[in-house]
Amino acid sequence: MSTTSTQAPAPAKRSFTAGAADYLNDRTGIAVAIKGLGRKAFPDHWSFLLGEVALFSFIVILVTGTFLTFFFQASMAEVEYDGSYVPLKGVEMSVAMASTLDISFDIRGGLFVRQMHHWAALLFIAAIGLHMLRVFFTGAFRKPREINWVFGFVLFILAMGEGFTGYSLPDDLLSGNGLRIIDGMVKGMPIIGTWTSFLLFGGEFPGTAIVGRLYTLHILLLPLILLALIAVHVGYVFIHKHTQFAGPGREVTNSVGPPILPIYAAKAGGFMFIVWGVIALIAALFTINPIWNYGPYDPSPVSAGTQPDWYIGFADGALRLIPPGWEFVLFDRTWSFNILVPLIGLGLFILVVLSYPFIEAFVTGDKREHHIADRPRNAPTRTAIGAAGVTFYAGLWAAAASDILATHFMLTMEGVIHALQATVIIGPFIAYFISL
Amino acid sequence: MAQDDHSGAELVAADSSHAAPEFAGSRGTVVVPYDAFENPGFEPHRPRVTDEDPEREKRAQRTVYTLFYLSILGSVWAIAAYILFPMEGNDVGDVRLNNMFVGLGATLALLGLGFGAVHWGKSLMTSAESIDTRHPIGSTETTKQGAVEVFRQADEESGFSRRSVIRNSLIGALLVFPLPAVVLFRGLAPQDEHPVELLSHTMWKQGTRLALDPSGIPIKASDVTIGSAFHVIPEGLNELGHGRLEEKAKAAVLLMRLNPDELNEAADRASWSYDGIVAYSKICTHVGCPVALYEQHTHHLLCPCHQSQFDVANHCEVIFGPAARALPQLPIAIDDEGYLIAQSDFTEPVGPSFWERH
Repeated sequence: MSTTSTQAPAPAKRSFTAGAADYLNDRTGIAVAIKGLGRKAFPDHWSFLLGEVALFSFIVILVTGTFLTFFFQASMAEVEYDGSYVPLKGVEMSVAMASTLDISFDIRGGLFVRQMHHWAALLFIAAIGLHMLRVFFTGAFRKPREINWVFGFVLFILAMGEGFTGYSLPDDLLSGNGLRIIDGMVKGMPIIGTWTSFLLFGGEFPGTAIVGRLYTLHILLLPLILLALIAVHVGYVFIHKHTQFAGPGREVTNSVGPPILPIYAAKAGGFMFIVWGVIALIAALFTINPIWNYGPYDPSPVSAGTQPDWYIGFADGALRLIPPGWEFVLFDRTWSFNILVPLIGLGLFILVVLSYPFIEAFVTGDKREHHIADRPRNAPTRTAIGAAGVTFYAGLWAAAASDILATHFMLTMEGVIHALQATVIIGPFIAYFISL
Repeated sequence: MAQDDHSGAELVAADSSHAAPEFAGSRGTVVVPYDAFENPGFEPHRPRVTDEDPEREKRAQRTVYTLFYLSILGSVWAIAAYILFPMEGNDVGDVRLNNMFVGLGATLALLGLGFGAVHWGKSLMTSAESIDTRHPIGSTETTKQGAVEVFRQADEESGFSRRSVIRNSLIGALLVFPLPAVVLFRGLAPQDEHPVELLSHTMWKQGTRLALDPSGIPIKASDVTIGSAFHVIPEGLNELGHGRLEEKAKAAVLLMRLNPDELNEAADRASWSYDGIVAYSKICTHVGCPVALYEQHTHHLLCPCHQSQFDVANHCEVIFGPAARALPQLPIAIDDEGYLIAQSDFTEPVGPSFWERH
């Protein structure tokens, strides 16, 4: 494509792209960015892809989620279902549930988009988790990247919030029970609990407000914060330049890897499509969250083996591990330590993980800048601490499946719970000393 | 701490006597072990087969464009599948086919693009690496001084420190101005209702018949055989136009009939059952799940959410799990026609604990 420039003194023939680029540069000064960033080295290692998987699945979530908003109706008004799914015809349910069923059974490709959205959400959180483990075990959170670790961890929490608000929206039996549990936990908080639940649900549980409110959080407030934080998080990677593993010629003073243009762009851009393709493949072949099997929310029925989405498991597991009787009345008020201990325990765990870079820097007294990723074997104390943390999390997580473990492996419920209580309390110490 | 043969580079670089004096300024109190390993420098660039063998280069080129063409094919197929697999009847099979074929088309479109681009990058684009120099993230001392000077000058020109009354009143106004916005959120819940009041009462009252959940048909005592269990709602619940689920979330009850010999009843509650038939709140006292699983031969109730277990033979006391309180009992009797009725509402709030409960 070429065109003749009509603006006099310039050379006679000039390509269209050159003209367009000039036009843009004269109005934005974009050339500085291209020159400065275009050939930036991007260190290469398979584990650096984990954060990219998170980023790319987030894009899928945004795009598929926007499509879903055109069809989903976040209303808890009761209707009689009259869609194509025969077993539920005539059943009373909320408009939210009915419109989710319509997306699944009456809009071509709707189920595909819905399943992509849910699978991408699971991949998003899984990728963030693995990315965090990579950053932790290679010490990539050290100066100057401590603040970016905090942003990343906040993103992880927000992603779980997005996940929970998202799967509560269809107002089906499973998600309704999830909300019931949240309501029970909120009510267990001292002083503010009862009123917080009352305000959250717009009156008594379940009320007719919660789906609409979660929807606003799910599609407006949380995505906005997520997007802004992701921009800052990725922006920091440019400011700091990516860490790299040590190797011949690779030092703390340089950053070695394929240039952004063209190789990194081709590989990362291609990888983006691969991640999208894998999500599409899973969504095409595997059912997720079949709400038509659960039916609409009703406070009375519940089936055995109900599970939250896997990333909420650690919190659900923490609730399950509390022994009987951790609640009493004192000063004429109810103190629900069976709720408070999991809440405070998980809160402390989150706080420790969040501030780990500062704790480590304080203990080691290390104020140097680090740009070379540690091999975990070269930082055994940190690796052992990480192993302890993973064991703690895994114990809580397994506890969320205590009933499934008991029935599948023919164990007693009590045995499973006691074993997992031991795992969560003693396990981290064992893991620490084995790893050290 | 053991060192592998690579990590020396970092330590050498961080040591003030070596390559990077600019990074050495602020290393804190950390003890940096000396590592004598010398950085061997970059390895020579290794050519790939596609760099040396024109045949392989051609083949790679063919692979890349074939993948891109496959991607186009996938997109076209996804559109075709949208038309070829409609969902017009009430057949779930149609939905499955539509989902699968549209999805597989999209998969091919995306994977073709992705693998094509990656393969292009890996096999055909020049494989030389870029080397960027890192500089300490913090600004130089001069720049820092410049910033400090800007603040000092702004302070002097505005009098921010000097005019402390203005400054403090400003801070005060800034702290107070968001409060009205917070107060507005009171409107999230109705103004004329009180949660503690609502949580303390259910639909049950004296004479309300126990009815089957979900049909709403009243239950006769004679229909309840020993060993059986019923999911129960108050009669009239289904006819509630407004607030049906809210009432159900409090009023759901489990009805069980045990052999009266196996029932250990407290003296003050002996009249709350009828001929071995007992009724307990179905809402777990832990976080409010329906306690739906009844094990007949042990008389245990199990909550499927967090596995709290309650012993029906002993007033539903907690025998395992995180719940702390027994399930509240609904006092029952029979009316003239033999239907089971409630003697009163529950005598305590049902469901999860809350702060004001006592």
